[in-house]
Amino acid sequence: MAVETDWIERLNGEPTARDAALADLRELLRTKLRHAFSSSGDAFVEDIAQDALLKIHTSLDAFEGRSKFTTWALTIAVRVGYTELRRMRWKDVSLDQLTGNANAVDASRTDSQNEPVASAARKQLVDDIHAIIEEKLTQKQRDVLQAELSGMPQEEIGRRLGSNRNAIYKLTHDARKKLKKELEQRGYSQEDLEPG
Amino acid sequence: MDLSKEKVDALLGFLKQTKDREATCEDCLTAMAEFAEKHLEGKSIPESLKAIEDHLEFCGECKEEFEALLATLREL
Repeated sequence: MAVETDWIERLNGEPTARDAALADLRELLRTKLRHAFSSSGDAFVEDIAQDALLKIHTSLDAFEGRSKFTTWALTIAVRVGYTELRRMRWKDVSLDQLTGNANAVDASRTDSQNEPVASAARKQLVDDIHAIIEEKLTQKQRDVLQAELSGMPQEEIGRRLGSNRNAIYKLTHDARKKLKKELEQRGYSQEDLEPG
Repeated sequence: MDLSKEKVDALLGFLKQTKDREATCEDCLTAMAEFAEKHLEGKSIPESLKAIEDHLEFCGECKEEFEALLATLREL
């Protein structure tokens, strides 16, 4: 097994050294992913280890040496694994089911009608939040926010919108900033934003 | 768009933590290995990684991956 300092050299080296390093790395990934994804089965772990190995090998230039190589490689492998798990878990759920843009029943649209009476201040805050969402956010921001609040991972939202997790994060960050600023302009303090 | 009480509460939780500048998921991936090693060594988190610490408080997906990474590293 390679020591930390020579992984990059071996992975970028001549074919024999490179193949040996890839085999070592594959074995390390298999062992560690088996632990991280113990409930997902050996076939899943084999697939993820192979996909991660390819991703790591093609991303070697991105390794900055700020951590051990194996820690960096495992970080990528864990993300590859969770990306696939989330894809499988959400594969049958459309964005429309969560945003109420389809004919399917969206429970969230009736939830608030069945809840206990809130204080006047709380009711005003909720009304203001709804008003700001309708008036200040774009339709795309509203859809993404609704999907995110329904528990859909940003990665999966991105997949359905032909985008990616990073872009969705930026989109929702902009939406949150806008919402927060508007609430502040309406006189709400940080303390007023405590979940009730 | 009508939000249930749970969703309003979740949104308020998000808003409380919202900052003008935040690390993205890509920033987090880039720095997660270094952050995880510092965390496991029990070292204080340097200023350059504070944004990652904040992101992990906020982003459920990155947090899930970070915790899995920590568990994996503890086995090394």
